[in-house]
Amino acid sequence: MKFGIVTFPGSNREEDAFQAVSMVGGASAVRLWHKDHDLQGADVVILPGGFSYGDYLRVGAIARFSPIMREITEHARLGGPVLGICNGFQILCESQLLPGALLRNASLRFSSQWVTLRVEQTHTMFTNAYRPGALLRVPVAHGDGRFTADPESLLRIEGEGQVVFRYVDRSGVLDLAANPNGSLNNIAGIMNDTGNVLGLMPHPEDAVDPLLGSTDGLGLFESMLARVAA
Amino acid sequence: MIRYRVAVHIVPRKGVLDPQGKAVADALHALGFETVRDARVGRHLVLDVDAGEAGAAERAVRAMCDKLLANPVTEDYEIAGVTPA
Repeated sequence: MKFGIVTFPGSNREEDAFQAVSMVGGASAVRLWHKDHDLQGADVVILPGGFSYGDYLRVGAIARFSPIMREITEHARLGGPVLGICNGFQILCESQLLPGALLRNASLRFSSQWVTLRVEQTHTMFTNAYRPGALLRVPVAHGDGRFTADPESLLRIEGEGQVVFRYVDRSGVLDLAANPNGSLNNIAGIMNDTGNVLGLMPHPEDAVDPLLGSTDGLGLFESMLARVAA
Repeated sequence: MIRYRVAVHIVPRKGVLDPQGKAVADALHALGFETVRDARVGRHLVLDVDAGEAGAAERAVRAMCDKLLANPVTEDYEIAGVTPA
């Protein structure tokens, strides 16, 4: 089972993702360059956090047209897993591999803090290692994380169970104050309607070691290993 | 071919929360500009485009907006002007 981690000009969390998947037993990882046209046999593609192309025009808008996105789109179309974290989530929305869009935080401030996520779906290839309703402590670090979608799309995303993570308070209650960016319905992460593309704003790859303050993010990578290797 | 200068306004769509626009409207109200009803903060792009005639330059820029310059989920755009560059 092989993870492929893509670096765009301006990515800055690709090594964090590399470290995280290296901590999952039985997985290997390969670094992919945005100009490549080859996924090098990766089973799971990770689009990491950062500020691809300096966030010029709109976050993720230019990275979306990077050469490797053609192969990633095809990989996703064939059911291959794709995980987008932070800037990776923004790129997946711009690519229309995920519905909706990510806009400037409602506070207009960069949000760098620990948040609590509630796992809303545990039968996915990304979250099967968690128990239903599990609460995860993970960091966020973004200026453009406000998930938005038109009312019809939002209804569909909610109705189809595509919301995978929500911001909640430390006791697990949905609370506006626990929402770091003003996302609709406290949405922190969603998947596509076929369940093989996931995007989330928080950084599970930075919550994989007690030294970092939390290991709650490990389950995400273990889930993928369990599902994809099976 | 003639070189045209095409200006485009891109603004957050009505109904999409625009915190920058709201902050601007609030600041204007605080300064006494009480007639302001709404403010939206977007982008203004100026593109120099070679085309056979002005209509073709505009069509080209609309295609660019649809593909890259505007986000169809959250933004509206309008061509603000086409003039010889």
